[in-house]
Amino acid sequence: MIVLGIESSCDETAAAVFDTESGLRSNVIASQAEHIPFGGVVPEMASRAHTERIVPVVRQALTDAGVTLDEIRALAVTAGPGLIGSLLVGVSFAKGVAFIRRLPLVPVHHMEAHVFASRIEHPDLAPPFLALVVSGGHTQLIWVPKWGTYRVLGTTRDDAVGEAFDKVAKILGIGYPGGPLIDRLARDGNADWVKFPKAFIKGDPFAFSFSGLKTAVLMAVEKTPENELELRKADLAASFQKAAVGALVQTTLRAARKMRARRVVLGGGVASNSALRREMEAACARIGIEVTRPSPIFCTDNAAMTACAGAFWFERGRRAGYNFNPNPRLPLDAFGNE
Amino acid sequence: MLTAPEPRTYVTTSPDETREFGKRIAPRLGPGNVVFLYGDLGSGKTTLVQGICAGLQVGVWPNSPTFTLINQYEGRVPVFHCDFYRLGDPGELATLGLEEVFFGNGIALVEWPELAEEWAPLDTIRVKITRRSAKKREIVLHGLNL
Repeated sequence: MIVLGIESSCDETAAAVFDTESGLRSNVIASQAEHIPFGGVVPEMASRAHTERIVPVVRQALTDAGVTLDEIRALAVTAGPGLIGSLLVGVSFAKGVAFIRRLPLVPVHHMEAHVFASRIEHPDLAPPFLALVVSGGHTQLIWVPKWGTYRVLGTTRDDAVGEAFDKVAKILGIGYPGGPLIDRLARDGNADWVKFPKAFIKGDPFAFSFSGLKTAVLMAVEKTPENELELRKADLAASFQKAAVGALVQTTLRAARKMRARRVVLGGGVASNSALRREMEAACARIGIEVTRPSPIFCTDNAAMTACAGAFWFERGRRAGYNFNPNPRLPLDAFGNE
Repeated sequence: MLTAPEPRTYVTTSPDETREFGKRIAPRLGPGNVVFLYGDLGSGKTTLVQGICAGLQVGVWPNSPTFTLINQYEGRVPVFHCDFYRLGDPGELATLGLEEVFFGNGIALVEWPELAEEWAPLDTIRVKITRRSAKKREIVLHGLNL
């Protein structure tokens, strides 16, 4: 059974073809390079770019998969959360195709899709597990006792971790997007150059906070003599990354112990950070917890994860009518469970 | 003739104190009020918003809207928590539904408001936050008496 997935919740216009028998058949992502001059996503431009790109992106996904719309049995589309203008492009397009081709429409929650991303390469992945979804807009620790049941244990109190990477990259003057640039720069740096604080929230053991860390980096930059700054950027990047990754790993382990989790599943753009992968795997291995993580191409926003989740839920009866609308604040449990 | 109050300067020495200061602002706000919060990265804009929202009986903990652009909370009146950090030019504001945010019956708290100056109602309250040291913040209030 072949499913076409469409994702347009933020930056990326993406389409993918997923086959429940043979797995992923194609995965096309158009990233919006015109965001780079501004150091972030520009919403109005994002929706316009989605509109321009969705048809060629879907066409490419079908071509790459070697199928036509005649072979597609269902359309899976990101229903939220995200930017409303961006979500609307994907949902409206999917509705149009579904209506004309008389195809069922399967709504997918974007965060749930990030959890399903690991299932593209690990089809046997099954709950219970603890998921850590980390990106520019999200930092969530989610306990998954079964597919469709999601208990958010912790979230950020201020900035998302990916947002902290972006803003620290801006403070260091190294460009956008911050995640990969800091990851690369940090490899040449001394992670113990500055001991940045890890913020923990009293009474909320699974919460995250990255705003104070961002301010601490800013102050460390100001304290660095101007003629030394260029030389110290790698050290500052490495020290920041160590603190941010440390907070993610420690909090995840605390939650894993509490829930007696045997497995941690990573997802979201920050899950491709090399230090996070390394530290999480080392820390979990010490206490006998397995880590499942998607390849970097499935960490960033993509439609393969949307199609993979959509195919799973299509087989279990999830459907949306033509009157369904995207929801920028869609709750995780909006569509029920197994 | 009514004149705007003179700008007043306040100092806080911790994030908690900045939140407490926000709680003092909250009772002065009502439907239709727009608050522009100016300040660099790490100055404490979101922290101040957390205090104002607590004072407005918002039941959730506000976090950074940098990614989402506008968060909406239910307090004693609707609260719109905006952040235009990511925007490139004022034209992009046109798609965000700011009519409801700035001229509806809620309270708008706007971080990185520089691009939205043209949208500012005449009685917009302006708050400028400056980092004086690691914990110390100087907060200047324009258009509001505490």
